[in-house]
Amino acid sequence: MTSLAELMDYDEVIEKYDPVLGLEVHVELHTNTKMFCGCANEFGGEPNTNTCPTCLGLPGSLPVVNGKAVESAIRIGLALNCEIAEWCRFARKNYFYPDMPKNFQTSQYDEPIAFNGWLDVTLDDGEIIRVEIERAHMEEDTGKSLHVGGATGRIHGAEHSLLDYNRAGVPLIEIVTKMIPGTGKRAPEVARAYVTALRDLLKALDVSDVRMDQGSLRCDANVSLSPKTTGALGTRTETKNVNSLRSVERAVRFEMTRQAAVLESGGSVTQETRHFDESSGSTSPGRKKETAEDYRYFPEPDLVPIAPSREWVEELRGTLPELPWERRARIQKEWNLTDEVLRDLVNANALDLIIATVEAGAKPDEARSWWVSYLAQQANSKGVELPDLAITPAQVARVIELVNSGTLTNKLAREVVNGVLEGEGSADDVIEKRGLKVVSDDSALEKAVDEALAAQPDVAQKIRDGKVQAAGAIVGAVMKATKGQADAARVREIVLARCS
Amino acid sequence: MTNDLIHATAAELAAKIHSGEISSVEVTQAHLDRIAETDGKVNAFLHVDTEGALAQARKVDEDVKAGKVVSPLAGVPLALKDVMTTEGVPTTVGSKILEGWLPPYDATVTRKLKEAGVVILGKTNMDEFAMGSSTENSAYGPTHNPWDLERIPGGSGGGSSAALAAHQAPLAIGTDTGGSIRQPGAVTGTVGVKPTYGGVSRYGLVAFSSSLDQAGPCARTVLDAALLHEIIAGYDEMDSTSINAPVPPVVAAAREGQNGDLSGLRVGVVTQFSGEGYQQGVLRSFEAAVSQLKELGAEIADVSCPSFDYALPAYYLIAPSECSSNLARFDAMRYGLRVGDDGTRSTEEVMSLTREAGFGPEVKRRIMIGTYALSSGYYDAYYGSAQKVRTLITQDFAKAFENFDVLISPTTPTTAFKIGERANDPMAMYKADLCTIPANLAGTPAMSVPSGLSDEDGMPVGLQIMAPALQDHRMYASPRRTRPRVAGLGVRRCEHQEGQGLPRPRRRRGGSRGRVLGLQGRP
Repeated sequence: MTSLAELMDYDEVIEKYDPVLGLEVHVELHTNTKMFCGCANEFGGEPNTNTCPTCLGLPGSLPVVNGKAVESAIRIGLALNCEIAEWCRFARKNYFYPDMPKNFQTSQYDEPIAFNGWLDVTLDDGEIIRVEIERAHMEEDTGKSLHVGGATGRIHGAEHSLLDYNRAGVPLIEIVTKMIPGTGKRAPEVARAYVTALRDLLKALDVSDVRMDQGSLRCDANVSLSPKTTGALGTRTETKNVNSLRSVERAVRFEMTRQAAVLESGGSVTQETRHFDESSGSTSPGRKKETAEDYRYFPEPDLVPIAPSREWVEELRGTLPELPWERRARIQKEWNLTDEVLRDLVNANALDLIIATVEAGAKPDEARSWWVSYLAQQANSKGVELPDLAITPAQVARVIELVNSGTLTNKLAREVVNGVLEGEGSADDVIEKRGLKVVSDDSALEKAVDEALAAQPDVAQKIRDGKVQAAGAIVGAVMKATKGQADAARVREIVLARCS
Repeated sequence: MTNDLIHATAAELAAKIHSGEISSVEVTQAHLDRIAETDGKVNAFLHVDTEGALAQARKVDEDVKAGKVVSPLAGVPLALKDVMTTEGVPTTVGSKILEGWLPPYDATVTRKLKEAGVVILGKTNMDEFAMGSSTENSAYGPTHNPWDLERIPGGSGGGSSAALAAHQAPLAIGTDTGGSIRQPGAVTGTVGVKPTYGGVSRYGLVAFSSSLDQAGPCARTVLDAALLHEIIAGYDEMDSTSINAPVPPVVAAAREGQNGDLSGLRVGVVTQFSGEGYQQGVLRSFEAAVSQLKELGAEIADVSCPSFDYALPAYYLIAPSECSSNLARFDAMRYGLRVGDDGTRSTEEVMSLTREAGFGPEVKRRIMIGTYALSSGYYDAYYGSAQKVRTLITQDFAKAFENFDVLISPTTPTTAFKIGERANDPMAMYKADLCTIPANLAGTPAMSVPSGLSDEDGMPVGLQIMAPALQDHRMYASPRRTRPRVAGLGVRRCEHQEGQGLPRPRRRRGGSRGRVLGLQGRP
């Protein structure tokens, strides 16, 4: 474990060094079947049930490329402004590991399907940074090892390991950036913003579940420091096991402060794979290898080359949906939002929710108001991100509709929302269960008004004398008597009518 | 009766079974008896599936009785090389590392055979992982050549070729990575065909070298080989390298070829395959074959394919490279042998001990060569250069086929050598595949047919016929009368030999009917 003394103060790091980033993101495609066989591609499931001779690497088995995965890879490449290879192959990456059934991974090596692209990334303050994409290539996922009996759950010290090959052969796209220099003190933020932008893009393309917590989106962060004095590139480390957007930022920041401390003490950074620890926010070295790994790549002889026709590529370009940044630009124009408001909505993760609420029938202003005020407060008090609140945009739109139709008052609407958040079902279910409907029966209201007037004869007299503002006291009393389930405006009308 | 059954061709057996004259059960039992009687000496089979064979035979007999249309070889027994997976039936690939493994699935070839009603007698011996030219590298002991039990039956498919020569089966399946169908065919006086790469599915063929491996038919006549070829060939969506094209009309070609007219057939004699290292008796037999082809009307000329000289070294980089990767999966984790798992050792140690114990010396040698050849810094010099040679060889073939319909050569430089003779000299062993390797590197079809006996040692000699990709039928015979190609070539040679008692060693050798020479010692 790295102690604090071994870290350099962040501001000092920035004073002395330029951080250089490189980000590798693995995306599990949510195709129906695996990359090279017909097994179901599903998260979870009883271990070793989604397997066949091919994904178990049984002797004699052969791979066949999943066409849908190639299509997804090309669409991702196009959305990342990449060139699409006219001809490319798979290769074998050879190394022994028990969760890899063939002891080689079928991957692309020097002939990726997509290359030379870019992605514009918006930072919290609205600044846009263009991240250049080196390549996006196809490969297969490995199985999962569960190390039993050790203290850490890692292979060190484990008594035995269990293997689940359900994930073996799941299609992966690896997206690799070029070196990202010049981000200075914002390097950690840039790393997070890039992964966020990529996640939103992949979601819009509908190619992956993009769940970092389930491993369908995984990020490896490469970090090195270049001394400002010399400008020479530093030795990089690759940090794995970065399982949330926040962790991406923390891992980069930690590595910067750690590497700077190593350099400052006269040491040199070791080129190695490091492991991010969520709880401590620190990185630690992976298992030391005695020799440099040589993967002995060579073209996969069991597969034929992939040569996507230009017609197909253009056809796929036509299927690209409105991409997140295009959508934002359109919404900003349509709703007439200032840059600042738009940015706040994006940063609060509210924009997509508001758009979805509008698509479900609400007006933009109403939808915005719910998400940035009441719902944002609820998320805040529950300590979750806005999109993780247990309410859907459609449910919010329904609540707004009920308010507009007079079925709910704003106060009742908040109670309904609370009910939905508590898991009591849909808005209508909550209204039913909690009996929250506005009392719209005039005779009931008239009775309540008469009772209130009788209870406060002096106030009643004032109203009759023309002091209309005095009606407020009667309305208040009626609202209290009906436990807030009356429409105050209607009550007021009845009060005035009774006293005229 | 038994003698008739075990000496008949597959075509003859099929006709009689389908007409109801004899039953498949009788035929199958006759071959099972023959195996029981002779395999103690030959060791062609690693596993005999008596029950499975008889069950399949009964089913075919029922179908015939019921008047159902059955496929051309339904009811005929076959010996399957132990490199093809068979559901629930042991598949060892001649290796200790897969001892006891019961595959949960059938290879496509196995499935097609079963669907065609072919009776699979069992699994035949082979060099471990198909690496070898003598079947001496089998972890389960060598197979003996029925012509002379002290000699090798060729390899890697020595079990399949010996089973044919010993009349244990009229049909067999082999796989050919550098000659493993053709060279055993040549040294046992049988027919062996390596189809165009991609012509027969590799799904379920336990890989040695993926870009070279190709399954094919083995038989005692060219027509039988053609009948089997059509059953196992064809596009398979489970094999990406399988060719999505119609199966070449090999049966029609073989039948057509029986007219024996080779007028106008342009035959190129590959000049690279002669000279030093070639046994004189083999060359004389080859010359005799060339003369005979001329008599039949073929136009014969020499053709030089200079890059063929580099085929052997290129092969011994490509095949080991691919095998070093293909064989990585044998690591004790999921199936097969597991050594040293006593609770004290790490995964890596168990993997290492298992591979140490489970692989034989030749397999280890090739894994090491391949691992080295693919290493960073060596890749371009070795694997990269070998792939360039491969391109040159393909170009040499293409150029030659501009002027010739087929190319011919001896199948292998010598007749069957003695068991143990080359065991400690890998280079001498590798040279057995000198003439057969180019067709694997180019992916083109090639066949070995018996061309007679060497006058020095009385052992069979093979004639290799090579054709362009997807023109497999040219080797069997031309389907067009107007322009006969290899018409009759294979068939005539083969039947001609049969007329003189070949490949029925018993008659040629003057033995009594049913006596397979070599089993009783040579006269």
